[in-house]
Amino acid sequence: MNINIPAKEEMYRALEARHGIDFQKKMSKSSAAVCGLGGLGSNIAIALARSGIGRLHVIDFDKVDISNLNRQQYFTDQLGEFKTKALADTLTRIAPYCEVVPHCIKLTEENIPDLLKDDDVICEAFDLAEQKAMLVNCILEKLPDKYLIAASGMAGTGSPNLIKTRQIAKHFFICGDEENGIEEAGSLISARVMICAAHEALTAVRIITEGNI
Amino acid sequence: MVKVNGEIIDASGKSIAALLEDMNFSDGRVAVELNETIVPRNTYHEKIIKDGDSVEIVRFVGGG
Repeated sequence: MNINIPAKEEMYRALEARHGIDFQKKMSKSSAAVCGLGGLGSNIAIALARSGIGRLHVIDFDKVDISNLNRQQYFTDQLGEFKTKALADTLTRIAPYCEVVPHCIKLTEENIPDLLKDDDVICEAFDLAEQKAMLVNCILEKLPDKYLIAASGMAGTGSPNLIKTRQIAKHFFICGDEENGIEEAGSLISARVMICAAHEALTAVRIITEGNI
Repeated sequence: MVKVNGEIIDASGKSIAALLEDMNFSDGRVAVELNETIVPRNTYHEKIIKDGDSVEIVRFVGGG
């Protein structure tokens, strides 16, 4: 493995050249939280790291399992590791100067307000419908000034064009087809989950770089 | 009349809880915005929808 990691300045200039000066300045000053590091969260975090975000707060309590490899951004040599550790390692390889803050914990009604208070944008990336609703309601009720991006409906093999981003309120966005859950569709396919993750990541980028959208 | 997820329906006078029940939504899997403001989960029964209100119900399904 090449251990000659480019200097911080060199990497920043390369991002600036691709993204533009203003875009990169805003991205590098921002912090996003990714809640849940499965098929959505691992892809969201990687997209944001590649986009030059300054700080990534990545949260999950689970370990990498063989059943995750169909859609989640982990490797066979990471099986059994905590997802926070495994993903932080990958993110650091991609973006060595991004401040990655891993938090190996289960988010609850009680700890959400304190744990997420320093993040500009919060991405919901859980698996279970009840947990998604819990996180979204908790943030909207207790941290109403945060930008919140959530996901609902990316299971199965339905058309990619059904997946969309909808703005519900000034600070609240929902990504997905809002219909196809794992409960009925029965499968989660990498490409379709990645589309939904990309919607969430791009919405975060748009909020950060364009302000109110 | 009331706008619910973009559709105009006759729901004024109903509580949020009653509207969710009418629409067969499980209240543990939704988030409800009334005129762009979150309706706290513990107020679904007491919050009454008025004529001209706009309600957005986000329904969560599993997968991630």
